[in-house]
Amino acid sequence: MSFKHNAAGRSGLQFFGKITASISHEIRNVFAVLNENAGLMEDLILLGEKGMPVDQARLKALAQSMGQQIRRGDGIVENMNRFAHEVDHPVKEIELNETLGLLIALSGRLAKMRGVTIDPVGEEEIMIATNAFFLENLLWSIMEFAMEAVGKDKTLTIVSHASERGVQIRFQGLENLPQIPSDGFPSALEQALLASLEADFSINSSSEDIILTLPKKIEAA
Amino acid sequence: MKVRVLLVDDEKEFVEALAERLSMRDYDVTVSLNGEDAINKLTKYNFDVVILDVRMPGMDGTDVLREMKNIKPLTEVIMLTGHATVESAIDGMRRGAYDYLMKPCKTEDLVDKINKAHKKKAEHEQRIRDAKVKEIIDSPRAALRES
Repeated sequence: MSFKHNAAGRSGLQFFGKITASISHEIRNVFAVLNENAGLMEDLILLGEKGMPVDQARLKALAQSMGQQIRRGDGIVENMNRFAHEVDHPVKEIELNETLGLLIALSGRLAKMRGVTIDPVGEEEIMIATNAFFLENLLWSIMEFAMEAVGKDKTLTIVSHASERGVQIRFQGLENLPQIPSDGFPSALEQALLASLEADFSINSSSEDIILTLPKKIEAA
Repeated sequence: MKVRVLLVDDEKEFVEALAERLSMRDYDVTVSLNGEDAINKLTKYNFDVVILDVRMPGMDGTDVLREMKNIKPLTEVIMLTGHATVESAIDGMRRGAYDYLMKPCKTEDLVDKINKAHKKKAEHEQRIRDAKVKEIIDSPRAALRES
């Protein structure tokens, strides 16, 4: 295995660990809400058995809340499943905005912890053939770096559009980019991912954005 | 007198259901959905026990605990944690939290810890009152210093 793949693989493992830990925390929160709602229903029913009037509307609202939490949990597990299957093929055709949407859903809690809103902008359908997992890994690494540089409104805008070479993804709203030292980014791990994806990358302090360019197709390694 | 509890967690539905259940068990419960609001409330009001989520956006549980121990050192804290953040909860205990519980938790376990934490606070406050009384008895002028 080449150095490029070792480093990309190592980065992938770290990325995988971070995302699955975040997913497990989200699922735990769903269980915590279900646990309290179930307990509250039990308490209300117990009070009813002791002669206090039972608030039917309250019980109904609790049941509906539990249903919403189950749908929330189901959505989290579905995203986790899609993420797990990203490694099925070394190269496959993907729709970029869909992949970006999945990554934003998976990393939503991590962005929320930093108080950052991620706003994807991409109207057209963009098909590319690439390694989906490595791409998500690279996008997440760039997002982590970019979140340190967002302005006061704490919104990271990600604009994607087709280009001559393939596709361009621009990370905007980085008002604090001039103040962030960028000599350590991209690190060896990100550089390995860029090489694996045959991608180009630039940090522009004057225009306060980061640009990632991807080819329409890469060859399987 | 009811035990005054402050619940601090960013998960709104969780904290509202838990607040209602604790109120049914005769606790005086207040809710904060973030660390900054919790500190504001702690500054203005007195609480006996704070139930504090370790991981929250913005000011997290560790930050709240540190600030709390500056403004209300006698208020006891129980950290609430998910599995991956047990280390943070244990670190919180080193910094003065009374105990921790993992989410989701059994209500009986939480109630037991709240009662024990409150008892510890009440005993500590009693020892402080006893020490002040002894100081006044030993040196009556100390009473003037108090005012």
